[in-house]
Amino acid sequence: MSDRLSPMHDLHVTAGAGFTDFGGWQMPVRYSSDLAEHHAVRTTAGIFDISHMAEILVEGTDAAAYLDYALAGKLSVIALGQAKYSLLLAESGGIIDDLVVYRLGEEKFLVVANAGNRAAAVAALTERAADFDVRVEDQSDDIALIAVQGPNARAILEATTAITELGTPLSDLKYYWSSDGYFEGVPLFVGRTGYTGEDGFELYIKSDAAARLWVALTQAGADHGLVPAGLASRDTLRLEAGMPLYGHELGLDTFPVQAGLGRVVALSKDGDFVGRAAIEAGPDADARVLVGLVAEGRRAGRADYEVYASTESDAAPVGVITSGALSPTLGHPIAMAYVDAAVSEVGSAVFIDVRGTRIPASVVALPFYKRQK
Amino acid sequence: MADKTTLQYTAEHEWVLVDGDTATVGITAYAADKLGDVVFVDLPAVGTEVEGGVVVGEIESTKSVGELFAPIDGTVAEINDAVVDTPELVNSDPFGDGWLIKVTFTELPALLSYDEYSAIVGE
Repeated sequence: MSDRLSPMHDLHVTAGAGFTDFGGWQMPVRYSSDLAEHHAVRTTAGIFDISHMAEILVEGTDAAAYLDYALAGKLSVIALGQAKYSLLLAESGGIIDDLVVYRLGEEKFLVVANAGNRAAAVAALTERAADFDVRVEDQSDDIALIAVQGPNARAILEATTAITELGTPLSDLKYYWSSDGYFEGVPLFVGRTGYTGEDGFELYIKSDAAARLWVALTQAGADHGLVPAGLASRDTLRLEAGMPLYGHELGLDTFPVQAGLGRVVALSKDGDFVGRAAIEAGPDADARVLVGLVAEGRRAGRADYEVYASTESDAAPVGVITSGALSPTLGHPIAMAYVDAAVSEVGSAVFIDVRGTRIPASVVALPFYKRQK
Repeated sequence: MADKTTLQYTAEHEWVLVDGDTATVGITAYAADKLGDVVFVDLPAVGTEVEGGVVVGEIESTKSVGELFAPIDGTVAEINDAVVDTPELVNSDPFGDGWLIKVTFTELPALLSYDEYSAIVGE
């Protein structure tokens, strides 16, 4: 299968982007410098094309009850316009995908899934709908998604004069809430959500209007330090913010509690949900847990590098890194890793095997970076 | 910055500038671009005996790790301390200030011409 292209692909080519395969899509990995793009999001703003994300509409009289059964969280309690991070669990308690769910109406929700898990998420959501009066519709091919992230994000959206008729003014839109609106007369959906650890917005629009929206945002952002940003910077931004990435920190063999996502599973909700029995039984007693690691110097531990309790070469590893990089904001190496309980306490001293060299590291609380509010 | 057309190249995306018995080695703009922003460079010590085709250093970007191969047999005569302190030179001037090591050698193996290397990277 040839890679899918975003409706904004030509704009990225013109802007000089390099591309990478991500979930079957050719998406911008960087435009010029991933470090500069990273710093722009932390200090001014960045604009990301994340049209690879999957949008699944759930609609029907049973929509709320259905989602309470199909997902780990209690979605029936979120208000119109509110958003909630949730998990799609397997019967085994493992994670099929992590999602953001927006409530669009009393009986209407938008489920946003990862590109690489689109087929699995649609299949699971469809199968689980059998006993409910609900319609599950994969709208991913028709919807594009643009994220504007950074301290200047709100000013940039407010300066984009073609965005009109927002149901909630941006100044009143709280984190993890959303609003309807229009862009040049085309319906627009704006969530105050993101994956960078900064304030920001995600804008959903029909694919054929996406390129015009990108241009309008970019022009409005010119006076606000807005730069186009690729997936390389998106990855270091989310890592600093301690946000998990499916396939790295999350997977079918991971229980939510291991990833620090126990709070996402609403065991207190009435009725059954897929994965409940396994979650109640819990993972094995010796299951590894996700921690943050920091080190000194500039050599970063990276995904799949092993973690040891000592420098002894014959000892078994006590963990493995799932994501790691030299933190652009903090200036030292950071990593997320699954480690044995014995070394999971904050302050535990461990060693990362960086291609044969044991680098000392310490367990820290996540996130590594938290923005000033 | 060296004239790219007169340099020699390897299939590992390195360039070699030969001056007498000394070869200056760096990575190509293509390689630097594929790596992304370089944040750490690990080079061999001066005096290290190196063997053509063997890894002698590392070039790390935010996203990945690239290996530095010695393109020829010889001895490391000089390393570029400036790129150790300022790794972004590899991105900003890969064929100039971003050079990595100088190796003295006795025999020069067959390397790729500019045209041959360009064909490999499709440029």
